[in-house]
Amino acid sequence: MGISTVQEKAFEVAAARKRCLQYRKRILDISQTVSALHIAPAFSCLETVDLIYNGLIRDEKNRALDTFIMSKGHGCMAQYVVLESLGVLSKDDLSKYCKPDGQLGAHPDYGVPGIEASTGSLGHGLSIAVGMAYAEKIKKTGGTVYAVLSDGEVQEGSTWEALMMGSTLGVTNLVAFIDNNDFQSLGRTSETHPTFYPLLDKFRAFGWESVEVNGHNAEAMYEAVTTREAHKPMVVVCKTVKGRGVSYMENVPIWHYRAPNKEEYQQAIQELDEVYS
Amino acid sequence: MRNQFADTLYECAKENHKIAIVVADISPAGSMEKFRKEFPERFINVGVAEQSMIGICAGMALKGLQPFAYTIATFSLYRPFEFVRDDLCYQNIPVTVVGIGGGVVYSTLGGTHHCQEDVAVAGAIPNMSIIAPCDPLEAREATMYCATQKKGPVYLRLGKAGEPVLTDNAVDPWQFGKLRYIRKGKDVCILSYGIIMKKAVAIAERLEEQGKSVSICSVHTLKPLDRQGIEQVLQSHALVVVIEEHAPQGGLAPQTKQIAWDIKASCELKTFTLKDEFIHNYGNHDELLAAHGLDVEEMYQQIGQ
Repeated sequence: MGISTVQEKAFEVAAARKRCLQYRKRILDISQTVSALHIAPAFSCLETVDLIYNGLIRDEKNRALDTFIMSKGHGCMAQYVVLESLGVLSKDDLSKYCKPDGQLGAHPDYGVPGIEASTGSLGHGLSIAVGMAYAEKIKKTGGTVYAVLSDGEVQEGSTWEALMMGSTLGVTNLVAFIDNNDFQSLGRTSETHPTFYPLLDKFRAFGWESVEVNGHNAEAMYEAVTTREAHKPMVVVCKTVKGRGVSYMENVPIWHYRAPNKEEYQQAIQELDEVYS
Repeated sequence: MRNQFADTLYECAKENHKIAIVVADISPAGSMEKFRKEFPERFINVGVAEQSMIGICAGMALKGLQPFAYTIATFSLYRPFEFVRDDLCYQNIPVTVVGIGGGVVYSTLGGTHHCQEDVAVAGAIPNMSIIAPCDPLEAREATMYCATQKKGPVYLRLGKAGEPVLTDNAVDPWQFGKLRYIRKGKDVCILSYGIIMKKAVAIAERLEEQGKSVSICSVHTLKPLDRQGIEQVLQSHALVVVIEEHAPQGGLAPQTKQIAWDIKASCELKTFTLKDEFIHNYGNHDELLAAHGLDVEEMYQQIGQ
Protein backbone atom coordinates (compact mmCIF):
# COMPACT_ATOMS: atom_id res chain seq x y z
CA MET A 1 0.00 0.00 0.00
CA GLY A 2 1.36 3.41 -0.96
CA ILE A 3 0.93 6.45 1.20
CA SER A 4 -2.26 8.27 0.28
CA THR A 5 -1.65 11.67 -1.25
CA VAL A 6 -5.25 12.71 -0.69
CA GLN A 7 -5.61 15.62 1.69
CA GLU A 8 -8.77 15.72 3.75
CA LYS A 9 -9.82 19.04 5.21
CA ALA A 10 -10.49 19.81 8.84
CA PHE A 11 -13.85 21.55 9.01
CA GLU A 12 -14.43 23.97 11.85
CA VAL A 13 -17.98 25.15 12.32
CA ALA A 14 -17.12 28.45 14.03
CA ALA A 15 -14.75 29.41 11.23
CA ALA A 16 -17.37 28.46 8.65
CA ARG A 17 -19.88 30.72 10.35
CA LYS A 18 -17.46 33.64 10.18
CA ARG A 19 -16.75 32.97 6.53
CA CYS A 20 -20.46 32.87 5.71
CA LEU A 21 -20.95 36.28 7.34
CA GLN A 22 -18.13 37.70 5.25
CA TYR A 23 -19.52 36.11 2.07
CA ARG A 24 -22.90 37.70 2.69
CA LYS A 25 -21.33 41.10 3.22
CA ARG A 26 -19.21 40.68 0.11
CA ILE A 27 -22.27 39.86 -2.00
CA LEU A 28 -24.08 42.88 -0.60
CA ASP A 29 -21.06 45.05 -1.42
CA ILE A 30 -21.14 43.86 -5.01
CA SER A 31 -24.88 44.60 -5.12
CA GLN A 32 -24.03 48.27 -4.62
CA THR A 33 -22.12 48.38 -7.90
CA VAL A 34 -24.11 45.97 -10.10
CA SER A 35 -27.83 45.35 -9.75
CA ALA A 36 -27.92 42.20 -11.90
CA LEU A 37 -27.44 39.62 -9.20
CA HIS A 38 -29.45 37.00 -7.35
CA ILE A 39 -28.82 37.71 -3.69
CA ALA A 40 -31.49 35.68 -1.93
CA PRO A 41 -30.88 32.44 -3.90
CA ALA A 42 -27.18 32.76 -3.02
CA PHE A 43 -27.87 33.41 0.67
CA SER A 44 -29.96 30.24 0.99
CA CYS A 45 -27.15 27.95 -0.22
CA LEU A 46 -24.07 29.75 1.15
CA GLU A 47 -23.49 27.37 4.07
CA THR A 48 -23.79 24.41 1.69
CA VAL A 49 -21.37 25.80 -0.89
CA ASP A 50 -18.90 26.81 1.82
CA LEU A 51 -19.09 23.33 3.31
CA ILE A 52 -18.46 21.68 -0.04
CA TYR A 53 -15.36 23.74 -0.77
CA ASN A 54 -13.97 24.04 2.73
CA GLY A 55 -15.05 20.76 4.26
CA LEU A 56 -15.69 18.16 1.60
CA ILE A 57 -13.60 18.69 -1.52
CA ARG A 58 -10.25 16.98 -1.05
CA ASP A 59 -7.01 17.85 -2.75
CA GLU A 60 -4.58 15.46 -4.34
CA LYS A 61 -1.16 16.59 -5.50
CA ASN A 62 -2.28 20.22 -5.15
CA ARG A 63 -5.29 19.66 -7.40
CA ALA A 64 -8.88 19.19 -6.36
CA LEU A 65 -9.71 15.49 -6.40
CA ASP A 66 -13.43 16.20 -6.12
CA THR A 67 -15.73 18.30 -8.27
CA PHE A 68 -18.49 20.80 -7.56
CA ILE A 69 -21.33 21.63 -9.95
CA MET A 70 -23.57 24.60 -9.21
CA SER A 71 -26.65 23.22 -10.91
CA LYS A 72 -28.78 26.11 -9.65
CA GLY A 73 -26.69 28.49 -11.69
CA HIS A 74 -28.51 31.57 -10.45
CA GLY A 75 -26.96 30.92 -7.03
CA CYS A 76 -23.48 31.44 -8.50
CA MET A 77 -22.74 34.48 -6.33
CA ALA A 78 -22.32 31.99 -3.49
CA GLN A 79 -19.78 30.09 -5.57
CA TYR A 80 -17.93 33.21 -6.72
CA VAL A 81 -17.37 34.57 -3.22
CA VAL A 82 -16.16 31.19 -1.95
CA LEU A 83 -13.81 30.84 -4.93
CA GLU A 84 -12.56 34.36 -4.24
CA SER A 85 -11.80 33.53 -0.62
CA LEU A 86 -9.89 30.46 -1.80
CA GLY A 87 -7.87 32.54 -4.25
CA VAL A 88 -9.25 30.73 -7.30
CA LEU A 89 -10.98 33.90 -8.45
CA SER A 90 -9.40 37.30 -7.82
CA LYS A 91 -10.85 40.39 -6.20
CA ASP A 92 -10.55 41.99 -9.61
CA ASP A 93 -12.68 39.20 -11.14
CA LEU A 94 -15.47 39.94 -8.68
CA SER A 95 -15.17 43.69 -9.07
CA LYS A 96 -15.77 43.17 -12.79
CA TYR A 97 -18.81 40.93 -12.23
CA CYS A 98 -21.28 41.46 -15.09
CA LYS A 99 -19.08 44.19 -16.55
CA PRO A 100 -17.96 44.25 -20.20
CA ASP A 101 -14.32 43.58 -19.34
CA GLY A 102 -15.06 40.87 -16.75
CA GLN A 103 -15.35 37.11 -16.97
CA LEU A 104 -18.11 36.49 -14.41
CA GLY A 105 -21.78 36.60 -15.34
CA ALA A 106 -25.02 35.94 -13.52
CA HIS A 107 -24.66 32.22 -14.28
CA PRO A 108 -21.45 30.18 -14.05
CA ASP A 109 -19.52 29.59 -17.25
CA TYR A 110 -17.27 26.62 -17.96
CA GLY A 111 -13.74 27.82 -18.63
CA VAL A 112 -13.75 30.39 -15.80
CA PRO A 113 -11.32 29.27 -13.05
CA GLY A 114 -13.12 26.98 -10.62
CA ILE A 115 -16.23 26.54 -12.78
CA GLU A 116 -16.58 22.91 -13.86
CA ALA A 117 -19.73 23.22 -15.98
CA SER A 118 -21.89 25.94 -17.51
CA THR A 119 -25.25 26.12 -15.82
CA GLY A 120 -28.12 28.57 -15.64
CA SER A 121 -30.66 26.55 -17.56
CA LEU A 122 -32.23 24.44 -14.83
CA GLY A 123 -32.28 20.66 -14.93
CA HIS A 124 -28.86 20.19 -16.55
CA GLY A 125 -26.48 19.95 -13.62
CA LEU A 126 -27.49 16.61 -12.21
CA SER A 127 -27.10 14.68 -15.49
CA ILE A 128 -23.70 16.28 -15.97
CA ALA A 129 -22.81 15.36 -12.38
CA VAL A 130 -23.95 11.76 -12.97
CA GLY A 131 -21.77 11.57 -16.10
CA MET A 132 -18.80 13.03 -14.23
CA ALA A 133 -19.24 10.73 -11.25
CA TYR A 134 -19.53 7.73 -13.57
CA ALA A 135 -16.35 8.78 -15.41
CA GLU A 136 -14.50 9.09 -12.08
CA LYS A 137 -15.79 5.66 -11.14
CA ILE A 138 -14.65 3.84 -14.29
CA LYS A 139 -11.36 5.73 -14.34
CA LYS A 140 -10.95 4.73 -10.67
CA THR A 141 -9.77 8.19 -9.66
CA GLY A 142 -11.53 8.13 -6.30
CA GLY A 143 -13.10 11.49 -7.08
CA THR A 144 -16.48 12.50 -5.66
CA VAL A 145 -18.87 14.90 -7.36
CA TYR A 146 -20.98 17.37 -5.36
CA ALA A 147 -23.88 19.28 -6.87
CA VAL A 148 -26.25 21.93 -5.54
CA LEU A 149 -29.73 22.00 -7.06
CA SER A 150 -32.64 24.30 -6.35
CA ASP A 151 -35.95 22.92 -5.18
CA GLY A 152 -37.67 24.51 -8.17
CA GLU A 153 -35.21 22.75 -10.43
CA VAL A 154 -36.53 19.44 -9.20
CA GLN A 155 -39.66 20.21 -11.24
CA GLU A 156 -37.63 19.63 -14.42
CA GLY A 157 -38.26 16.18 -15.90
CA SER A 158 -34.58 15.94 -16.77
CA THR A 159 -33.72 16.03 -13.05
CA TRP A 160 -35.71 12.81 -12.65
CA GLU A 161 -33.98 11.22 -15.64
CA ALA A 162 -30.72 12.00 -13.87
CA LEU A 163 -32.00 10.63 -10.55
CA MET A 164 -33.03 7.42 -12.31
CA MET A 165 -29.63 7.16 -14.01
CA GLY A 166 -27.68 7.98 -10.84
CA SER A 167 -29.07 4.96 -9.07
CA THR A 168 -28.96 2.73 -12.18
CA LEU A 169 -25.27 3.51 -12.66
CA GLY A 170 -24.57 3.18 -8.93
CA VAL A 171 -22.63 6.42 -8.66
CA THR A 172 -22.02 6.22 -4.94
CA ASN A 173 -19.46 9.01 -5.40
CA LEU A 174 -22.17 11.59 -6.05
CA VAL A 175 -23.82 13.81 -3.45
CA ALA A 176 -26.58 16.20 -4.52
CA PHE A 177 -27.73 18.95 -2.18
CA ILE A 178 -31.21 20.36 -2.73
CA ASP A 179 -31.46 23.98 -1.63
CA ASN A 180 -35.00 23.59 -0.32
CA ASN A 181 -35.84 27.25 0.35
CA ASP A 182 -39.41 26.63 -0.81
CA PHE A 183 -39.33 29.46 -3.33
CA GLN A 184 -39.20 29.75 -7.07
CA SER A 185 -39.61 32.88 -9.17
CA LEU A 186 -43.37 33.03 -8.91
CA GLY A 187 -43.89 32.00 -5.32
CA ARG A 188 -43.61 29.07 -2.97
CA THR A 189 -42.64 25.75 -4.61
CA SER A 190 -44.92 23.91 -2.21
CA GLU A 191 -47.84 26.05 -3.39
CA THR A 192 -46.93 25.65 -7.06
CA HIS A 193 -47.10 21.86 -6.67
CA PRO A 194 -48.82 21.08 -3.37
CA THR A 195 -48.72 17.29 -3.74
CA PHE A 196 -45.17 17.12 -5.06
CA TYR A 197 -43.42 18.56 -1.99
CA PRO A 198 -41.97 17.43 0.41
CA LEU A 199 -39.34 15.65 -1.67
CA LEU A 200 -37.51 13.24 0.59
CA ASP A 201 -39.65 10.16 -0.07
CA LYS A 202 -39.43 10.74 -3.84
CA PHE A 203 -35.64 10.62 -3.78
CA ARG A 204 -35.73 7.50 -1.63
CA ALA A 205 -38.15 5.90 -4.07
CA PHE A 206 -35.68 6.60 -6.87
CA GLY A 207 -32.98 4.67 -5.04
CA TRP A 208 -30.95 7.45 -3.45
CA GLU A 209 -29.71 7.57 0.13
CA SER A 210 -31.67 10.60 1.30
CA VAL A 211 -31.66 12.78 4.38
CA GLU A 212 -33.17 16.12 5.32
CA VAL A 213 -31.16 18.61 7.34
CA ASN A 214 -31.09 22.29 8.22
CA GLY A 215 -29.18 23.79 5.31
CA HIS A 216 -27.86 26.64 7.43
CA ASN A 217 -26.38 24.20 9.90
CA ALA A 218 -23.03 23.28 8.42
CA GLU A 219 -22.31 20.73 11.12
CA ALA A 220 -25.52 18.83 10.38
CA MET A 221 -24.80 18.77 6.65
CA TYR A 222 -21.19 17.73 7.25
CA GLU A 223 -22.31 14.95 9.56
CA ALA A 224 -24.92 13.73 7.06
CA VAL A 225 -22.43 13.50 4.20
CA THR A 226 -19.46 12.10 6.07
CA THR A 227 -21.47 9.38 7.78
CA ARG A 228 -23.36 8.29 4.66
CA GLU A 229 -23.54 4.61 3.89
CA ALA A 230 -22.39 5.25 0.31
CA HIS A 231 -24.04 2.17 -1.12
CA LYS A 232 -26.11 4.52 -3.25
CA PRO A 233 -25.81 8.06 -4.57
CA MET A 234 -26.90 10.59 -1.97
CA VAL A 235 -29.39 13.45 -1.81
CA VAL A 236 -29.23 15.91 1.06
CA VAL A 237 -32.41 17.96 1.23
CA CYS A 238 -31.29 21.21 2.85
CA LYS A 239 -34.10 23.10 4.50
CA THR A 240 -33.12 26.70 3.95
CA VAL A 241 -34.47 30.23 4.06
CA LYS A 242 -34.29 32.27 0.91
CA GLY A 243 -32.45 35.51 1.69
CA ARG A 244 -31.23 34.08 4.98
CA GLY A 245 -29.78 36.64 7.40
CA VAL A 246 -31.53 39.78 6.19
CA SER A 247 -35.01 40.20 7.65
CA TYR A 248 -36.64 42.03 4.77
CA MET A 249 -35.24 39.58 2.22
CA GLU A 250 -36.21 36.37 3.94
CA ASN A 251 -38.98 34.59 2.06
CA VAL A 252 -39.86 37.68 0.00
CA PRO A 253 -39.93 36.73 -3.69
CA ILE A 254 -38.83 40.12 -5.08
CA TRP A 255 -35.35 39.54 -3.59
CA HIS A 256 -34.83 36.66 -5.99
CA TYR A 257 -33.21 39.23 -8.26
CA ARG A 258 -33.47 42.69 -6.66
CA ALA A 259 -30.47 44.62 -5.35
CA PRO A 260 -30.86 46.73 -2.16
CA ASN A 261 -30.64 50.52 -2.22
CA LYS A 262 -28.21 52.35 0.06
CA GLU A 263 -30.45 52.37 3.13
CA GLU A 264 -31.46 48.77 2.63
CA TYR A 265 -27.82 47.85 2.22
CA GLN A 266 -26.85 49.47 5.50
CA GLN A 267 -29.72 47.80 7.31
CA ALA A 268 -28.69 44.44 5.86
CA ILE A 269 -25.07 44.82 7.02
CA GLN A 270 -26.22 45.80 10.49
CA GLU A 271 -28.61 42.88 10.75
CA LEU A 272 -26.02 40.39 9.56
CA ASP A 273 -23.59 41.58 12.24
CA GLU A 274 -26.29 41.04 14.84
CA VAL A 275 -27.39 37.64 13.56
CA TYR A 276 -23.88 36.26 13.17
CA SER A 277 -22.16 37.80 16.20
CA MET B 1 -23.93 2.14 -42.28
CA ARG B 2 -25.08 1.45 -38.71
CA ASN B 3 -23.00 -1.72 -38.67
CA GLN B 4 -19.99 0.04 -40.13
CA PHE B 5 -20.27 2.67 -37.41
CA ALA B 6 -20.47 -0.04 -34.73
CA ASP B 7 -17.55 -2.02 -36.19
CA THR B 8 -15.36 1.06 -36.39
CA LEU B 9 -16.27 2.33 -32.94
CA TYR B 10 -15.55 -1.10 -31.48
CA GLU B 11 -12.11 -1.14 -33.13
CA CYS B 12 -11.36 2.38 -31.88
CA ALA B 13 -12.56 1.51 -28.38
CA LYS B 14 -10.19 -1.47 -28.23
CA GLU B 15 -7.26 0.91 -28.66
CA ASN B 16 -8.62 3.95 -26.88
CA HIS B 17 -10.06 3.33 -23.44
CA LYS B 18 -11.58 6.79 -23.29
CA ILE B 19 -14.22 5.97 -25.89
CA ALA B 20 -17.66 5.33 -24.42
CA ILE B 21 -21.15 5.05 -25.89
CA VAL B 22 -24.39 6.14 -24.28
CA VAL B 23 -27.45 4.79 -26.08
CA ALA B 24 -31.13 5.45 -25.57
CA ASP B 25 -32.97 2.16 -25.78
CA ILE B 26 -31.81 1.18 -29.25
CA SER B 27 -31.04 -2.44 -30.01
CA PRO B 28 -27.32 -3.13 -29.99
CA ALA B 29 -26.92 -5.02 -33.26
CA GLY B 30 -23.65 -6.48 -34.59
CA SER B 31 -20.50 -4.97 -33.16
CA MET B 32 -22.46 -2.82 -30.75
CA GLU B 33 -23.30 -6.00 -28.87
CA LYS B 34 -19.60 -6.91 -28.87
CA PHE B 35 -18.82 -3.44 -27.52
CA ARG B 36 -21.38 -3.93 -24.77
CA LYS B 37 -20.01 -7.35 -23.80
CA GLU B 38 -16.32 -6.52 -23.95
CA PHE B 39 -16.43 -3.00 -22.51
CA PRO B 40 -19.51 -3.05 -20.28
CA GLU B 41 -18.30 -0.10 -18.23
CA ARG B 42 -18.11 2.05 -21.33
CA PHE B 43 -21.54 1.12 -22.63
CA ILE B 44 -24.50 2.85 -20.98
CA ASN B 45 -28.13 2.41 -21.92
CA VAL B 46 -30.16 5.24 -20.40
CA GLY B 47 -33.42 3.76 -21.66
CA VAL B 48 -35.98 6.25 -22.88
CA ALA B 49 -34.29 9.27 -21.30
CA GLU B 50 -32.56 11.27 -24.01
CA GLN B 51 -31.92 14.43 -21.99
CA SER B 52 -29.84 12.45 -19.54
CA MET B 53 -28.11 10.69 -22.46
CA ILE B 54 -26.70 14.05 -23.57
CA GLY B 55 -26.06 15.38 -20.05
CA ILE B 56 -24.22 12.21 -19.03
CA CYS B 57 -22.11 12.36 -22.20
CA ALA B 58 -21.27 15.98 -21.30
CA GLY B 59 -20.19 14.99 -17.78
CA MET B 60 -18.06 12.16 -19.14
CA ALA B 61 -16.41 14.44 -21.71
CA LEU B 62 -15.73 17.08 -19.05
CA LYS B 63 -13.83 14.33 -17.21
CA GLY B 64 -11.72 13.46 -20.23
CA LEU B 65 -13.67 10.64 -21.91
CA GLN B 66 -14.67 10.61 -25.59
CA PRO B 67 -18.37 9.74 -25.52
CA PHE B 68 -20.87 9.05 -28.29
CA ALA B 69 -24.61 9.58 -27.77
CA TYR B 70 -26.52 7.19 -29.97
CA THR B 71 -30.14 6.77 -30.95
CA ILE B 72 -32.66 7.52 -33.72
CA ALA B 73 -31.88 10.97 -35.14
CA THR B 74 -35.07 12.70 -33.99
CA PHE B 75 -34.42 11.52 -30.42
CA SER B 76 -30.70 12.23 -30.35
CA LEU B 77 -31.05 15.82 -31.60
CA TYR B 78 -34.58 17.17 -31.31
CA ARG B 79 -35.81 15.67 -28.07
CA PRO B 80 -32.78 16.82 -26.01
CA PHE B 81 -32.09 19.87 -28.18
CA GLU B 82 -31.37 22.33 -25.38
CA PHE B 83 -29.00 19.80 -23.76
CA VAL B 84 -27.13 19.45 -27.04
CA ARG B 85 -26.97 23.23 -27.30
CA ASP B 86 -25.98 24.09 -23.72
CA ASP B 87 -24.11 21.04 -22.48
CA LEU B 88 -22.22 20.16 -25.65
CA CYS B 89 -22.06 23.20 -27.92
CA TYR B 90 -21.96 26.04 -25.40
CA GLN B 91 -19.25 24.23 -23.44
CA ASN B 92 -17.66 23.14 -26.75
CA ILE B 93 -16.74 19.62 -25.70
CA PRO B 94 -15.95 16.60 -27.90
CA VAL B 95 -19.14 14.57 -27.79
CA THR B 96 -20.51 12.95 -30.94
CA VAL B 97 -24.28 12.93 -31.25
CA VAL B 98 -25.13 10.08 -33.60
CA GLY B 99 -28.44 10.34 -35.41
CA ILE B 100 -29.57 7.08 -36.96
CA GLY B 101 -31.97 7.43 -39.87
CA GLY B 102 -31.43 11.09 -40.75
CA GLY B 103 -33.94 12.21 -43.40
CA VAL B 104 -36.96 10.00 -44.07
CA VAL B 105 -35.18 6.67 -43.69
CA TYR B 106 -37.74 5.45 -41.16
CA SER B 107 -40.22 5.49 -44.01
CA THR B 108 -42.93 3.38 -42.41
CA LEU B 109 -42.80 4.94 -38.95
CA GLY B 110 -44.40 8.23 -39.81
CA GLY B 111 -43.52 11.86 -39.27
CA THR B 112 -42.50 11.50 -35.62
CA HIS B 113 -39.52 9.46 -36.82
CA HIS B 114 -38.59 11.59 -39.85
CA CYS B 115 -35.57 13.78 -39.29
CA GLN B 116 -35.86 16.20 -42.18
CA GLU B 117 -34.62 19.44 -40.57
CA ASP B 118 -31.60 18.15 -38.64
CA VAL B 119 -28.87 19.88 -40.65
CA ALA B 120 -30.64 23.22 -40.21
CA VAL B 121 -31.27 22.60 -36.52
CA ALA B 122 -27.78 21.33 -35.64
CA GLY B 123 -26.14 23.79 -38.01
CA ALA B 124 -27.73 26.76 -36.29
CA ILE B 125 -25.78 26.09 -33.08
CA PRO B 126 -22.33 27.67 -32.72
CA ASN B 127 -19.42 25.20 -32.31
CA MET B 128 -21.39 22.27 -33.75
CA SER B 129 -19.88 20.30 -36.63
CA ILE B 130 -22.05 18.15 -38.90
CA ILE B 131 -20.95 15.09 -40.82
CA ALA B 132 -23.25 13.04 -43.06
CA PRO B 133 -21.42 10.18 -44.78
CA CYS B 134 -22.86 8.86 -48.03
CA ASP B 135 -21.86 5.20 -47.74
CA PRO B 136 -20.35 2.70 -45.29
CA LEU B 137 -16.79 3.65 -46.27
CA GLU B 138 -17.40 7.28 -45.44
CA ALA B 139 -19.20 6.22 -42.25
CA ARG B 140 -15.97 4.49 -41.23
CA GLU B 141 -13.83 7.55 -41.94
CA ALA B 142 -16.27 9.82 -40.14
CA THR B 143 -16.43 7.55 -37.09
CA MET B 144 -12.65 7.41 -36.88
CA TYR B 145 -12.55 11.19 -37.04
CA CYS B 146 -15.15 11.54 -34.29
CA ALA B 147 -13.34 9.00 -32.10
CA THR B 148 -10.15 11.02 -32.07
CA GLN B 149 -11.05 14.70 -32.53
CA LYS B 150 -10.87 17.10 -29.60
CA LYS B 151 -12.31 20.13 -31.36
CA GLY B 152 -15.88 20.08 -30.07
CA PRO B 153 -19.30 18.49 -30.60
CA VAL B 154 -20.23 16.68 -33.81
CA TYR B 155 -23.63 15.68 -35.12
CA LEU B 156 -23.05 12.49 -37.11
CA ARG B 157 -26.00 11.82 -39.40
CA LEU B 158 -26.12 8.21 -40.43
CA GLY B 159 -28.50 6.11 -42.50
CA LYS B 160 -29.66 2.77 -41.29
CA ALA B 161 -28.63 -0.48 -42.99
CA GLY B 162 -27.91 -1.89 -46.41
CA GLU B 163 -26.48 1.24 -48.06
CA PRO B 164 -24.33 0.49 -51.16
CA VAL B 165 -20.63 1.35 -51.32
CA LEU B 166 -20.24 4.41 -53.58
CA THR B 167 -16.83 5.81 -52.77
CA ASP B 168 -14.41 2.89 -53.33
CA ASN B 169 -13.05 4.61 -56.44
CA ALA B 170 -13.35 8.16 -55.16
CA VAL B 171 -10.98 10.70 -56.67
CA ASP B 172 -10.19 12.42 -53.35
CA PRO B 173 -9.57 10.96 -49.91
CA TRP B 174 -12.02 11.67 -47.09
CA GLN B 175 -11.01 14.65 -45.05
CA PHE B 176 -13.08 16.43 -42.40
CA GLY B 177 -14.27 19.80 -43.64
CA LYS B 178 -13.43 19.15 -47.32
CA LEU B 179 -15.83 18.06 -50.02
CA ARG B 180 -14.50 15.21 -52.12
CA TYR B 181 -14.97 14.32 -55.74
CA ILE B 182 -16.10 10.76 -55.99
CA ARG B 183 -16.02 11.11 -59.75
CA LYS B 184 -14.72 13.97 -61.82
CA GLY B 185 -16.23 15.30 -65.04
CA LYS B 186 -16.46 18.60 -66.88
CA ASP B 187 -20.02 19.65 -67.65
CA VAL B 188 -22.28 18.90 -64.74
CA CYS B 189 -21.50 18.55 -61.01
CA ILE B 190 -23.88 16.98 -58.55
CA LEU B 191 -23.39 17.95 -54.89
CA SER B 192 -24.97 15.64 -52.39
CA TYR B 193 -24.45 13.98 -48.99
CA GLY B 194 -25.88 11.16 -46.99
CA ILE B 195 -27.55 8.10 -48.36
CA ILE B 196 -29.47 9.86 -51.12
CA MET B 197 -26.08 9.94 -52.85
CA LYS B 198 -27.04 6.70 -54.58
CA LYS B 199 -29.64 8.68 -56.52
CA ALA B 200 -27.00 11.23 -57.50
CA VAL B 201 -24.90 8.36 -58.85
CA ALA B 202 -27.87 6.94 -60.80
CA ILE B 203 -28.63 10.36 -62.30
CA ALA B 204 -24.97 10.87 -63.20
CA GLU B 205 -24.99 7.59 -65.06
CA ARG B 206 -28.10 8.60 -67.00
CA LEU B 207 -26.51 11.95 -67.90
CA GLU B 208 -23.32 10.25 -69.01
CA GLU B 209 -25.35 7.98 -71.29
CA GLN B 210 -26.51 11.22 -72.91
CA GLY B 211 -22.90 12.24 -73.49
CA LYS B 212 -22.47 14.59 -70.53
CA SER B 213 -19.31 14.54 -68.47
CA VAL B 214 -20.43 14.49 -64.83
CA SER B 215 -18.73 15.18 -61.50
CA ILE B 216 -20.14 14.03 -58.20
CA CYS B 217 -19.03 15.55 -54.91
CA SER B 218 -19.78 14.15 -51.49
CA VAL B 219 -20.26 17.17 -49.24
CA HIS B 220 -20.01 14.94 -46.18
CA THR B 221 -19.09 17.80 -43.85
CA LEU B 222 -22.07 20.15 -43.76
CA LYS B 223 -20.53 22.28 -41.04
CA PRO B 224 -18.03 23.76 -41.37
CA LEU B 225 -19.01 23.82 -45.03
CA ASP B 226 -16.18 23.69 -47.55
CA ARG B 227 -16.94 27.04 -49.05
CA GLN B 228 -13.81 27.13 -51.17
CA GLY B 229 -14.55 23.68 -52.55
CA ILE B 230 -18.09 24.73 -53.50
CA GLU B 231 -16.81 27.93 -55.11
CA GLN B 232 -14.46 25.84 -57.21
CA VAL B 233 -17.33 23.53 -58.23
CA LEU B 234 -19.50 26.50 -59.22
CA GLN B 235 -16.69 28.05 -61.24
CA SER B 236 -15.72 24.92 -63.13
CA HIS B 237 -19.07 23.45 -64.23
CA ALA B 238 -21.80 24.83 -66.51
CA LEU B 239 -24.50 23.12 -64.44
CA VAL B 240 -24.42 22.40 -60.71
CA VAL B 241 -27.12 20.25 -59.12
CA VAL B 242 -27.72 19.89 -55.38
CA ILE B 243 -29.61 16.83 -54.20
CA GLU B 244 -30.32 16.56 -50.49
CA GLU B 245 -32.61 14.62 -48.24
CA HIS B 246 -33.40 17.61 -46.09
CA ALA B 247 -35.91 20.43 -45.77
CA PRO B 248 -35.48 23.33 -48.20
CA GLN B 249 -34.24 25.60 -45.39
CA GLY B 250 -30.85 25.54 -43.78
CA GLY B 251 -29.25 22.68 -45.67
CA LEU B 252 -26.80 22.39 -48.54
CA ALA B 253 -29.09 23.75 -51.27
CA PRO B 254 -29.67 27.25 -49.84
CA GLN B 255 -26.06 27.52 -48.71
CA THR B 256 -24.83 26.63 -52.20
CA LYS B 257 -27.15 29.28 -53.66
CA GLN B 258 -25.78 31.81 -51.23
CA ILE B 259 -22.20 31.03 -52.21
CA ALA B 260 -23.17 31.21 -55.90
CA TRP B 261 -24.65 34.67 -55.32
CA ASP B 262 -21.63 35.83 -53.31
CA ILE B 263 -19.18 34.91 -56.05
CA LYS B 264 -21.58 35.89 -58.88
CA ALA B 265 -21.34 32.39 -60.34
CA SER B 266 -22.38 32.14 -63.96
CA CYS B 267 -23.31 28.45 -63.91
CA GLU B 268 -26.83 27.16 -63.85
CA LEU B 269 -27.86 25.84 -60.42
CA LYS B 270 -30.68 23.37 -59.74
CA THR B 271 -31.60 22.16 -56.29
CA PHE B 272 -33.67 19.21 -55.10
CA THR B 273 -34.71 18.91 -51.47
CA LEU B 274 -37.45 17.38 -49.37
CA LYS B 275 -40.66 19.37 -49.38
CA ASP B 276 -41.37 21.84 -46.59
CA GLU B 277 -44.17 19.55 -45.47
CA PHE B 278 -45.02 16.74 -43.12
CA ILE B 279 -46.17 14.14 -45.60
CA HIS B 280 -48.40 11.36 -44.41
CA ASN B 281 -47.16 8.71 -46.84
CA TYR B 282 -45.79 5.28 -45.98
CA GLY B 283 -43.79 2.77 -47.94
CA ASN B 284 -40.10 2.08 -48.41
CA HIS B 285 -37.42 4.78 -48.29
CA ASP B 286 -37.41 5.25 -52.08
CA GLU B 287 -41.17 5.62 -52.08
CA LEU B 288 -41.02 8.27 -49.38
CA LEU B 289 -38.34 10.16 -51.28
CA ALA B 290 -40.48 9.91 -54.43
CA ALA B 291 -43.43 11.37 -52.53
CA HIS B 292 -41.15 14.31 -51.74
CA GLY B 293 -40.28 14.63 -55.43
CA LEU B 294 -36.84 13.04 -55.05
CA ASP B 295 -37.21 10.31 -57.64
CA VAL B 296 -34.34 9.56 -60.04
CA GLU B 297 -36.47 9.79 -63.17
CA GLU B 298 -38.20 13.00 -62.10
CA MET B 299 -34.96 14.71 -61.11
CA TYR B 300 -33.26 13.51 -64.29
CA GLN B 301 -36.06 14.97 -66.41
CA GLN B 302 -35.87 18.31 -64.61
CA ILE B 303 -32.09 18.45 -64.92
CA GLY B 304 -32.33 17.71 -68.63
CA GLN B 305 -34.75 20.56 -69.30
